Amino acid sequence: MNLKKAKDPFRFMTQMSLTQPTGVKVRDLHELLNQLNAVPGSVIYYHTHHFLKQHQYLSPEPPNDFAYWVTHVLREERLGERLASIDTVRFSSLRAIREKLISVIQEYLAGTRTTRTVSDGDELYLMKSISFVFPTSYQARDLEEFLQAVRKISVLSLYHHIFEARLRLEKGVNDFSTWLEGELGEKQLAQWIVGLDPYTQTLEALRARIVRLIEQRLRSLSQEGARAS
Amino acid sequence: MLLDDYIPIVGESVVEDMRLVARHLKGRVIKNINSTAVGGGVAEILSRMVPLLKELGVDAQWDVIKGGEPFFSVTKKFHNALHGVPQEITDADSRAYWDTQEANLAQMDLHADTIFIHDPQPAGLVRIKKDLGNRWIWRCHVDVSNPEPRVWNILKPLIEQYDATVFSAPSFAQELKVPQFLIAPSIDPLSDKNKDLSPEVVDSVLQRFGISPDKPLVTQVSRFDRLKDPVGVIQAYRLVKPYVDCQLLLAGGSATDDPEGAQVLAEVRERAHDDPDIHVLELPPTSNVEINALQRASTIVIQKSLKEGFGLTVSEALWKSKPVIAGAVGGIPLQITHKYSGILTHTIEGTAYWLKALLQSPEFAKKLGENGREHVRQNFLLTRHLNDYMLLFLSLEHPGDVVTL
Repeated sequence: MNLKKAKDPFRFMTQMSLTQPTGVKVRDLHELLNQLNAVPGSVIYYHTHHFLKQHQYLSPEPPNDFAYWVTHVLREERLGERLASIDTVRFSSLRAIREKLISVIQEYLAGTRTTRTVSDGDELYLMKSISFVFPTSYQARDLEEFLQAVRKISVLSLYHHIFEARLRLEKGVNDFSTWLEGELGEKQLAQWIVGLDPYTQTLEALRARIVRLIEQRLRSLSQEGARAS
Repeated sequence: MLLDDYIPIVGESVVEDMRLVARHLKGRVIKNINSTAVGGGVAEILSRMVPLLKELGVDAQWDVIKGGEPFFSVTKKFHNALHGVPQEITDADSRAYWDTQEANLAQMDLHADTIFIHDPQPAGLVRIKKDLGNRWIWRCHVDVSNPEPRVWNILKPLIEQYDATVFSAPSFAQELKVPQFLIAPSIDPLSDKNKDLSPEVVDSVLQRFGISPDKPLVTQVSRFDRLKDPVGVIQAYRLVKPYVDCQLLLAGGSATDDPEGAQVLAEVRERAHDDPDIHVLELPPTSNVEINALQRASTIVIQKSLKEGFGLTVSEALWKSKPVIAGAVGGIPLQITHKYSGILTHTIEGTAYWLKALLQSPEFAKKLGENGREHVRQNFLLTRHLNDYMLLFLSLEHPGDVVTL
């Protein structure tokens, strides 16, 4: 099967991160709201994404720290459920996620007369992370090579190209879809990958779905090739 | 032990990633300094980490600060004060601390790229930083969520001379003028304390210590330290004993920098003396296989700490798929999600309640242990810890929130 070759190969990167405490902690919803307005985007990113890497064996994941803390520590279950249901995948910037978090909490506070305060030690400690991005030895020029690499890369590499590129590096779309469409003209495959919700599955499950989509596309290309000959 | 030996446990990609990071640190000299060569979690981690860093091409070194009894008495006071216990620091204490720092400065070669200081004992060595012009990191292994203000104010100006500080849990972070990082400690799955053991080895250790293999065994492995609440563990056991016929094992030793240990041990022995089902073992610091066997032989592991740096014995027990009941302090909640990968408690009565419940619900207890092992595999093994340290060293060379190498 003759597969289209990219001019620019896809170079797989991997990333690792270090966590930095900000020294800021919140003990009630008013403090949380104030801090959501004030903290850098890296704090919002940390608290909406670190669970994905740290609890890979848990599925479904607690979707974000704010929801977890509000539900399980502050015991404001109704608000916690609303924060948990914020569909991170629909937002293309950290600013938009921040605004959504703020509006959900503001709306809740407007309809509630009393809110709770946690005791010492149960506060939510706000943190951010530093990302280190490294090139790996994997690269791909066509769809088959891309498939082989996606099977082998670490989950951290997958995380980088799907999550970090889209939101933290503010590309708006994951790296895989951008390359597949731009270099190989694989518009539909690119859209299928955009359509996956990476937040409600483990990274390994996400890898398996991407692999299946590429395999499916390769099968149909092979059938088209056979018909043409 | 070689890095490749970890591949069957953590997977090839994890080790590959470590090699990738290490390439950017090739040849760097990193000198670790702590207060004891054996005993305690810090020495244990360093003894595994230094050879692995060397294998990765980083020139890791390890030195120990030398001091006499007065020095270790004052650093024990610092330790207790950082845990929030009020302490009187006298002029004589200050002299003992600074004389020891100066004596060590006169002997140590500190011409490394990065000096990595562990805990308060050698923290004062930073005095020489401005003369050397190299990078200094202070790694705090203790719970400083509520430090006693007077002692903290003695230490804070020292800590703020460092280029970066590292804490083990979010609640330990302090308002400091220098950057802070969060790095959890780890266990080594291939060490004598954590490697797989045959049932024969486990049985022989039980036999050696006169512990029955036929009766449920509840174990706390910890130094004999008030902050580990061994007396509270005995009280919890006594509340359970009328309902479930079990044995209690309190095993630990005194590290060389802990003069209080003998006193606590005596108190524990006195409380336990009338019950043949309570086993109190004072083990030398080299008893790693014995501790491993005792944890593996346990039905339930307890870590009823009142304050805790991190509580690595929790990860040790979870790695052996043991159900763990532990105090919700320090780094323990990072290791245990309550009712999912273990049980978190706040009181003696709560510990007794869950002890009874788990002894009588073995299926639930088993599930807790299995989840706990997976959590440790992903977050608390030596490979992750080593990688975090390498990233920390890199971060001092490459400032910024996103570093592309």
